[in-house]
Amino acid sequence: MRPPRPRPRTPAALAAATPGPAHTFEFDGRVIPALPGQSIAAALWAQGILAWRTTRVGGRPRGAFCGIGACYDCLATVNGHPNQRTCLLPAEPGDSVTTQEGHGRAELAV
Amino acid sequence: MLSSPSESRGAEGGTGYDLAVIGAGPAGLAAVVAAADRGLRCVLLDAGSGLGGQYYRHPDPALRAARPDRLHHHWSTFTALAARLAEHQKVGQVDVLVRHHVFLLEPEAATGHPWRLHTTATAKSGAATTVRLDARAVLLATGAYERQLPFPGWTLPGVVTAGGAQAMLKAGLVLPGRRVVVAGSGPLLLAVAASLTAAGATVPALLEAAGYLGYARRPGALAAVPGKLVEGVTHGAALTRHAVRPRTGHAVVAVHGTDRVRAVTVARLDRDWRPLPGTERRIACDALAVGHGLVPQLELATELGAATRTVPDGTLALRVDARQRTTVPGLWAAGETCGVGGAELALAEGELAASAIAGQAPPAALLARRRRLRAFAELMASVHRPGPGWTEWLSPDTEVCRCEEVPAARIAEAVQELGAGDARTVKLLTRAGMGWCQGRMCGPAVACLAGADGAAPDRRPFSCPVRLGDLAELPPS
Repeated sequence: MRPPRPRPRTPAALAAATPGPAHTFEFDGRVIPALPGQSIAAALWAQGILAWRTTRVGGRPRGAFCGIGACYDCLATVNGHPNQRTCLLPAEPGDSVTTQEGHGRAELAV
Repeated sequence: MLSSPSESRGAEGGTGYDLAVIGAGPAGLAAVVAAADRGLRCVLLDAGSGLGGQYYRHPDPALRAARPDRLHHHWSTFTALAARLAEHQKVGQVDVLVRHHVFLLEPEAATGHPWRLHTTATAKSGAATTVRLDARAVLLATGAYERQLPFPGWTLPGVVTAGGAQAMLKAGLVLPGRRVVVAGSGPLLLAVAASLTAAGATVPALLEAAGYLGYARRPGALAAVPGKLVEGVTHGAALTRHAVRPRTGHAVVAVHGTDRVRAVTVARLDRDWRPLPGTERRIACDALAVGHGLVPQLELATELGAATRTVPDGTLALRVDARQRTTVPGLWAAGETCGVGGAELALAEGELAASAIAGQAPPAALLARRRRLRAFAELMASVHRPGPGWTEWLSPDTEVCRCEEVPAARIAEAVQELGAGDARTVKLLTRAGMGWCQGRMCGPAVACLAGADGAAPDRRPFSCPVRLGDLAELPPS
């Protein structure tokens, strides 16, 4: 008897997920696919993108760190609103996400 | 279901809840179901988007995961609780408010309902999003977040908390990288490494800073909780299948890369967690999942003056009596808020609290189970308590406070030259702990560097940042 074909080891295979087709949102002008139900941070991780904020003092890149809304490292500007925790926000079709620079008040020109 | 902005329930009509449960993880779920079973009218609140907290965190229904159980132990316990909760919701015995973060718990005896809860929404911003509600009793089941100890490079993208890697996998079915080093201290690391490998990542190293031999010093406490041994063996077997061998007495002492993780340096530690010179080794990887145990989340209670106790791992937990009462009348606590002990203990404590709030005598079997599991939790905490030598991982320019970008040298200056002797004074002098996360990430490290490990609890008026616009909408009290 042939042994069963090994399951490919991916997160989706592990949970036997069969999500509907991906939708897309925009991140700094790039089109990013997101599976229904994924957070913005998760969709960016799935594309190998780990940073979407630069720090106020050193201008250093940051992304999701704690993944549960406690650390505020994953802040981004979403649809014009700065300081959004992307690990808590579901990605929605047509969202516009931009790297948040510094204190996130760029559009106020302060 | 309450959803409209600035809505208030129970305040005007005088029909507040018998019990408000804050946190929908194992403790909160067990409590709210047990309380509703006993006829109490309850509300269950959680800042997250669904039920389960961090332990039972699972993919959004839209991801259509047929086997969420593969991401969990004892998944059927969760589904059973969720089903019982749904029954209570259907008949109006329990209201559930997800995506609502309780930012303030206010004594409000004048209304006949001792507590007023103020919440802020954690959904996309725009409209006003505060909700107030009243309750006669409040149960805190707010769980814990991870303790982080800084080291050079820990702010690079690709360094994530161990629990964060687990959370993003469970909820979003994603990984931070393909080659993920797992490091830190505590049993969570085994679970995280097992999950990551099952989901397809390679774990080139699993590093535990403490030793496991400490568990053997209290064989009685260990033997009384066979389930914990089984869990350990299950993780161990899963890791062995993927050729991952936990290495004790080792830590990541530096991360390398310019804009993201490329490699880490690991070193062997002495028993005080001091790196042993000459033992450094570089390991290529594209992510690091790191954590040094869990810190109970207490701010709503400590702001009200609730008494705390120091757990053997150096963290603070709420002091509760045999019926899960805190020292603040009408305020109860269960689960990790009383000291980190795992889901099974949280379930027992939630149920105990509910029976006490309903005015019933605590079931003897439940008391015995709590005693056994609590004894094991204290043993676990003592085994994984950080050794004082971890501060030797720091270089002067290592950022300790991630939000305010405060390097170790500036904290050393505050302590050695300006005379700061506690975390609060260091904060005032350096801004460490003053940023977005309000010291949740750097607090334990700053306290240690200030020479005040495990001192007084944080007192802060709000448990999370709240928009000024939302505060402005609150009616005058």
